[in-house]
Amino acid sequence: MKASCWTGRNTVEVLDVPEPSILNSRDAIVRITSTAICGSDLHLLDGYVPTMEKGDVMGHEFMGEVVEVGSGISADKLRVGDRVVVPFPIACGACGACRAELYSCCENTNPNAGLSEKFFGHPTAGIYGYSHLTGGFAGGQAEYARVVLADVNALKIRPDLDDEQVLFLSDILPTGYMGAEMCDIQEGDVVAVWGAGPVGQFAMDSARVLGAEKVIAIDKETYRLDMATAEGYTAVDFENEDVRSALLELTGGRGPDKCIDAVGMEATHGASHVHLYDRAKQAARSETDRPHALRQAILSCRSGGVVSVIGVYGGLIDKFPAGAWMNRSLTLRTGQCHVQKYMEPLLGHIEQGKIDPTRVITHRLPLSEAATGYELFKNKADHCEKVVLTP
Amino acid sequence: MKADTRSTPRLRHDPLVRGLGWASALLGVPQVVDPAGFARALGLADTSRQRLTTAAVGVRELAAAGGLLWRPRPAWLWGRVGGDLMDLAALARALRNHDGRGLGRTVAATAAVTAITATDVYAAVTRTRRSTPMELTATTTVAGRPDEVYDLWTDLERLPDFMAHLDDVRVTGPRTTHWRASAPFGKTVEWDAEVTRDVPGRLITWRSADGADIDNSGEVRLAPAPGDRGTEIQVTLRYDLPGGALGKTAARYFGEEPHQQLDDDLRRFKQIAETGEIVRSEGAPGGKRARGEFPQHPAQPLTEGELKEALT
Repeated sequence: MKASCWTGRNTVEVLDVPEPSILNSRDAIVRITSTAICGSDLHLLDGYVPTMEKGDVMGHEFMGEVVEVGSGISADKLRVGDRVVVPFPIACGACGACRAELYSCCENTNPNAGLSEKFFGHPTAGIYGYSHLTGGFAGGQAEYARVVLADVNALKIRPDLDDEQVLFLSDILPTGYMGAEMCDIQEGDVVAVWGAGPVGQFAMDSARVLGAEKVIAIDKETYRLDMATAEGYTAVDFENEDVRSALLELTGGRGPDKCIDAVGMEATHGASHVHLYDRAKQAARSETDRPHALRQAILSCRSGGVVSVIGVYGGLIDKFPAGAWMNRSLTLRTGQCHVQKYMEPLLGHIEQGKIDPTRVITHRLPLSEAATGYELFKNKADHCEKVVLTP
Repeated sequence: MKADTRSTPRLRHDPLVRGLGWASALLGVPQVVDPAGFARALGLADTSRQRLTTAAVGVRELAAAGGLLWRPRPAWLWGRVGGDLMDLAALARALRNHDGRGLGRTVAATAAVTAITATDVYAAVTRTRRSTPMELTATTTVAGRPDEVYDLWTDLERLPDFMAHLDDVRVTGPRTTHWRASAPFGKTVEWDAEVTRDVPGRLITWRSADGADIDNSGEVRLAPAPGDRGTEIQVTLRYDLPGGALGKTAARYFGEEPHQQLDDDLRRFKQIAETGEIVRSEGAPGGKRARGEFPQHPAQPLTEGELKEALT
């Protein structure tokens, strides 16, 4: 079958690979009908996540039709022909983390937990197509994929909903939603979101659903800021404005009550010398992540506010403003999304029309053109916001 | 690290050790009784200093003979190696300052001592058994009550499912079992073990019976975790790692880190307890063999051949 594979830093190629097979009794095989390229796939492409192997199948946002079910799954849970969306973190549903609904911290699904523990202190869940640090699971930018522990890792979808309406339940919609939920939004709250990519857009939509008074989008890509203003959010262009001053002006000098970092480890900075400093440290591997958005969010947030981090960080950062964080009673909340917890409630929001996930899709390509999709998305060319691939 | 320095029956009946003991005695007696005659026989100058040296060497040889024949320990063999080196140094000095009379005999003596040195080194190296006592602990928390976890753990024949190095466990009696495990460098070790304490839902301890390839013992303690968090498991293993420090370093070089192994074993036990089986990925399809699979198979589906290999 065809699959989009990582073949080295900055290269993704569509290659012929074997079709997946059942490896565990609770596996299922899904024929993929839609899959997408995620912003975090770019971190893999750019070589910032260690433990990639040449030939790794990419992709952790996918959905499709069940074509085979392992012997360990009863028919009332899942059967051939079911249409499912697959959450990106693989959860077991039984360990301490899963019982606490911290699915992306599952204690049982990462065969390379010993390695992950060295990086993170404690192991994290397996993730499809996301390096060997998260288990070495084949991803879903392919014609078929194996779903692990499929009785707890596949959400069944009614036939009358389109793929594009529900595909993003696999990752970016719940991720954006969790970013807003962690903000514990109160009446009158102003929420500022760093990054107006797809996850940032969904964080903004979710903040509005959760009752935010005003939502502010911070980015430098005009077309991305335009997408936000079209939804009624306020735009701040960090290349033309000083972000902290702009935010003070928009909030009567208080600063945003809640701040969401939807950027992560490969941020850019309006002041080129600051960006160059971090870029150089990153190139020399003396820091792995460039935390401009996080620094700015901490410095901008009002005292006692919440900084919610959903942009991905992988390793170490430099110049973390601990003084601002501590002395101004800020709360820092974060996590890879616990997707399984949010899929059903968000499906409800989609069905009721409160959130329209399709609004972020700008490019639809066949799987065979995955490399082009990566190119467009990475370079923000052709006003690319979100690429959906169909096998 | 400790060297095995006990006088063992093994060495007492070792023909090589006894032979070297008697050789020491046969050399030592004439050296002490007639040092001048012995020195002459070797073509050495008959000086009072030479006589004194020869007598001292004789005393050393008799001491080694006594040690090797009555209280054999590897230390006596190493003592002989040290003595041999002193003798070779002395003979080299004698050859350099030789006046020519009886030179052939001195050369022959040097050749003989060289051969004896080789024999002594061989005996000392092969008769010294070095080992490192290891104590490993690992701990995890598993969903379920202590009695449930106890039942799963005491299903001993399932232990090889999650313990990477264990090939087979056979129950041989009410308290006895036979274990087979793979050791570094493709070796297999076997032992019989007996359960020494068994408190259902709380504690199991065991130790290997006499004659084990590697002496070992261990215990598993179970305790309810606070606040309905399941059961805390604490495993301790004690064994003598063969090969001493060198063996340990070599094993580590080949990816055998004992603490990490026990951690991973326990992690897999947790997987079986909580999900029913060991989770496999395309990168680590071998289940309990995952650790040995680095660099891993790419995270892409397996070919039929790879699949067969991984699942057997």
